[in-house]
Amino acid sequence: MTTATQPLHRRLGMTDEEHESVVGILGREPRPAELAMYSVMWSEHCSYKSSRAHLRRFPTEAPWVVVGPGENAGVVDLGDGWLAALRIESHNHPSFVEPFQGAATGVGGILRDVFTMGARPIALWDQIRFGPLDDPKNRYLFNGVVSGIAGYGNAVGVPTVGGELEFDPVYAGNPLVNVMCLGILRREQLVLGTAGPPGTVAILLGGATGRDGIGGASVLASASFDDESQEKRPSVQVGDPFEEKKLIEACLELYRRGLVVGVQDLGAAGLSCATSEPAGRAGVGMEVDLDAVHVRESGMTAPELLMSESQERMMAFVAPELVDDVLAVAAKWEIDSAVVGVVKVGDTLTVRHEGTIVAEVPAASLADDAPLYDRPMQRPEWIDGVWERPAERLGADAADVLLRLLDDPGLGSTSWVHEQYDHMLFLNTVVGPGSDAALIRIRGTDKGLAVSTDGNGRLCYLDPRNGSARLVYEAALNVAVTGARPLAVVDNLNFGNPEKPEVMWQFRESVEGISEACEALGIPVIGGNVSFYNETDGVDIHPTPVVGLLGLADPMPETPPRLSRAVAGMEIWEIGPPPTGNLAGSSVQRIIHHSMTGRPTPPDPDSAIRVVQLAAELAHTVPVLHDLSDGGLAVAVAEICIASGVGATLIETDGDLLFCEDPHRFVAVFAPGTLPSAPELGRMVGTMGGDDLVLGASVPIGVAELTETHRQAIPRRMA
Amino acid sequence: MKVTVEITRRPEIADPQGSTIQRALHDLGHNAVMSVRVDRVIHLELDNEDPDAARARVEDMCRQVLANPVLEDFTVKVDG
Amino acid sequence: MKTAVVVFPGTNCEQDVAHALTTLGGEVELVWHREPDLSEFDGVVLPGGFAHGDYLRTGAIARFSPIMAEVERLAEAGRPVLGICNGFQVLCEAGLLPGALIANRDLAFICRFVELEVTDTGTILTGAAQMGQRIRIPLNSYEGNWVDPGNSGRVALRYLDDPNGSQGSAAAVANGEGNVVGIMPHPERGVDELLGSGDGRVLLEGFLHSLVPA
Repeated sequence: MTTATQPLHRRLGMTDEEHESVVGILGREPRPAELAMYSVMWSEHCSYKSSRAHLRRFPTEAPWVVVGPGENAGVVDLGDGWLAALRIESHNHPSFVEPFQGAATGVGGILRDVFTMGARPIALWDQIRFGPLDDPKNRYLFNGVVSGIAGYGNAVGVPTVGGELEFDPVYAGNPLVNVMCLGILRREQLVLGTAGPPGTVAILLGGATGRDGIGGASVLASASFDDESQEKRPSVQVGDPFEEKKLIEACLELYRRGLVVGVQDLGAAGLSCATSEPAGRAGVGMEVDLDAVHVRESGMTAPELLMSESQERMMAFVAPELVDDVLAVAAKWEIDSAVVGVVKVGDTLTVRHEGTIVAEVPAASLADDAPLYDRPMQRPEWIDGVWERPAERLGADAADVLLRLLDDPGLGSTSWVHEQYDHMLFLNTVVGPGSDAALIRIRGTDKGLAVSTDGNGRLCYLDPRNGSARLVYEAALNVAVTGARPLAVVDNLNFGNPEKPEVMWQFRESVEGISEACEALGIPVIGGNVSFYNETDGVDIHPTPVVGLLGLADPMPETPPRLSRAVAGMEIWEIGPPPTGNLAGSSVQRIIHHSMTGRPTPPDPDSAIRVVQLAAELAHTVPVLHDLSDGGLAVAVAEICIASGVGATLIETDGDLLFCEDPHRFVAVFAPGTLPSAPELGRMVGTMGGDDLVLGASVPIGVAELTETHRQAIPRRMA
Repeated sequence: MKVTVEITRRPEIADPQGSTIQRALHDLGHNAVMSVRVDRVIHLELDNEDPDAARARVEDMCRQVLANPVLEDFTVKVDG
Repeated sequence: MKTAVVVFPGTNCEQDVAHALTTLGGEVELVWHREPDLSEFDGVVLPGGFAHGDYLRTGAIARFSPIMAEVERLAEAGRPVLGICNGFQVLCEAGLLPGALIANRDLAFICRFVELEVTDTGTILTGAAQMGQRIRIPLNSYEGNWVDPGNSGRVALRYLDDPNGSQGSAAAVANGEGNVVGIMPHPERGVDELLGSGDGRVLLEGFLHSLVPA
C-alpha cells in the first residue's frame, strides 16, 4: 500500500468521514497542523470512539466518589480528609515493538495520570500476558517487559506491589501490558485538569520535546499488526524515570503550596491533548506558542510538535502572579520549564509556530466532537455449540494434576517476577506480591487500602458477560479476605478488532457483566481504559477485561491473615456455596485437557454479597483466609502448605470438586473452636498437619516437593 | 582478528543519560558542552579470517543480538 | 544529637530512613544535596534510591554534589557517616570507602529478605550488635555486588546466602577507622515486625549511639 499518493488525512489514519467532520466543524479545509491534532485526538486510543457508547452503561456514582470517569484518574473519599486516586492503562502495542521501553513508558504514563490529580503515587500493579514460554520470542518479550517495569518503577521510586500473569497462545502476537497506579492525597490537594479563567498561564514542565512516538498512540494503538506494519518502526518512546521522579516532587510541591489552578499530564496526543482538553473543560480558549516549547531536536514542524509523545511532561495552569514561583520550583527540582501559552476569552485554541498561525480550532471540539461509533454487534454462532459441549471430568489422579498445575507458569510462584520489583519502599506494604490482594497502610491512620487485580481471558471467551462479572466478584472477595470492604473499580478492556461484530458483541457483554456485578455490590466504576485491535493476522485475543478493585480497611486488621500463619492441628474450611465440579474455563481444562469448552458456572450475586461481607469480618480474627480461584481448593490448600511449611489432609475424593473454580468461595484455616460461630455457608474439608499434602485417596505429596515445583515454574523455563 | 563494534542510539531516540550528564558537566563548570550522547563499544576477537568474511559475520551478530534495531544503529570496524 | 539525611535528586528512601531513626529516638533532618553546611549535625546518612538516575555510573554524579565536601569533612573528623544502598555506592565513588559496586551477578534486581552475620563490631553500624549475630533485613538493589581489587575493605556484615556475588559475601563495609560504613541491604526496612522483621533496629541503634562523641 503506497502512502505517497494518499491524502494527508488518510496518512494520519483518519477516515474520509472523519475528515469531512473536521471540515464541517471548521467551515473549511483543515491546515496540516489542525489535521494532525484531530488525527491524534480522534484516534481509537484517545477518543474511545468505538467504545464510548457502551461505556456509558457503567454505574459510576456513589456517595464516596469525588472524581468519576472523564478526568485523568478516578478519586474516592476514604474519610477523615483522605482521598485515593486510581487509574489503569494499557501499553500493549508499544510493548510488542520494544518490550522494555514499551512497558517502562507504560509505567511512566500511569504515574503521571495519578500525580496530575494532586496525589502522591504510592503503589503500582502490572497485569501482563504473553504466549507460552517454550517459544524464545515469548521469553524475550516476557523478560523485556518485566525488566522495563522494574527498571522504571524501581528508579522512579514507587513500589510495585502486585499484579497478574497469564500465558496463552492468543497473546503470542499480542502481548498485553496493563499497569495500574494508586495514589493518596489530602482533600485540599485535589487538582483537576482545568485551564482556569482567561489570563491563566500555561507552563510546560519536564523533559524536552522530540520526535518520540510520532504516530504512536494514533497509529500504533489503533491498528492491528500484520507483516507490513512490522516494517514500519516508529520512533519508540524512551522513558526517563529520573526525570519523572523530579517531576513528581516538583508537582507535589506546587500542589502543597497551592501554586496551580489546574494540571494535565502529556500522554498520548501530547500537546494537542494538554492544551485542548483543559481549555474545553474550562470552556475557554487558549493561545499557544510552539516556539516556546523546549525541544531536544532541531527543525521540528508544527504537526510534529503537536503530535509528539515525548515522555515525562506535564502542563501546569498558573495564575499570572504565581508564574515566577512555579518556574522557581521547577528550577529547584532541576527540571526544565517553558511558558507556552495563555488562556483567553472565547473558545478557540490558536496555535502559532515561527510567527504564523498553524492551527485555529474550537478547543472543545477535539475532545467533545470525536466520532462516536455504534459498531455492529453479533453474537458468535459458535457459542451455543461450545456451551452444549460440557467440560470433561478430571479423569486423572489428583496428585499428578496438582503438581502439573503448580508447575504452570501462570499458576506457579511469581517470585521470578516480583523479586525484580521493589515492593517494600515507603514501609507501608503490609501484604505484598503473591497474595490475594495487596494491603497498603496509610501511616498516621488506622486505614489500609486493599487492592486486587483480576483477569481471565479463557473465562471471558467462554462467557463474556458472566466471566467479566465473575472477575469483579473475585476481586471483591480478594480484598475482603484481606480485611477490606470494596469501594470502587477501574477496568482495562483488552479486546480484538472492533470492526468485527463478534468482537463488539464480546465487548458489550463484558461491559454489561462488569456493570451488573458492580451494581450488585453497590460499587462504582471510577475509570478505565480500552485497548482495541489486539489482533494479529486476523486472529483476535480472547476478550480480556482486567478489573482493578480498591477496598478500604478501616481499621486495618491488627494482624492480617497470611497463608504462612497456618499451623498443625488447625481446621480447613471451605466457605461459600457448595462446588458443582464444573471444570469449564478452568486451569485443569487448559493445562491437563488442552481444551476450552462448556459454560463456566455463572455468578450468584446473593452469594457474592454474603461471602464478601463474611470474609471482611473474619479477616480480623482468623489467621488464614485464601480466595479460591485458579486450580480451586486443591491449589489453594497447596499454596497454604507451601507458605507455612505445614502439610494438610483433605477429605474430598472427587477430583472435579477439588479443582473446579466456581466463584464466591474462600478457604479459612483456624484452630478448632476459635470461630465465633460455624458459618452455615461452609463445610470442613480437612486439617493441617504432617509433612505431606494428602488429597483424598491419592499418594501424599511432600510439602518440599510442592514448594520446589511451585517455585521453579517460571525460573526453570527462563534459564 | 580484532573487530570493534560501535552501537549508537538512533539520533531520534531520547538519551536520558546523555542529557543528565550534560547537566552535571555544566554544574561542574564545563559550560562549553553543547550535547552529550552515551553509546557503547564492543571489542571482539575472532579466529584469523578474511577481513570481509569477518565483517560480514560480525554484522550478522549485530543484527541478531548485539544491537537492538528499534533503538540502535551499528558500525563495524575490522582492525588490521 | 542531630543526624542529617541527605536527599539527592532521585533519592527515594529518605522518608523511610528518617521515620526509622525517629522511632528509635533520633533527631533527624532532611538536607538537600546543594546544602554546603552541615556544621550543626553530628552524623550523616546517605539513603537509598537512584541519585541522578544512576546515570553514567551509580553514584558517579552525586559524589560531586556541594554537600559531599561536608560529608567528607565529617568523615575525616571521625563522625559517623552511613551510606545505605545507593548511599553506599556514592561513598565508594567519593573514595570514602574502598572498592566499587557493580551489577548483581545474575543481572537482575533483587527484592527480598536476606540473612546477614555480624563480622566486625567495631563500626558505627555494628557497635550495638554481637559478633556472629544473625540479622534478617531486606535487600533491594541491582548494583549490589561489591568488588574490592585492593582488598582493603573492613567487612562489617556478610551475607549468609550470597545473593549477588559480592566479594567476600560483603553486605556492609567500613573504612579503617570504622566511622564510615556502607551497607547494601536496608536496615530501615527492618524495624517493624508487621512488615517482616525488626532486626534492623540494632544496626540503627548502633548508628545513633555513635553520634555521641567518644
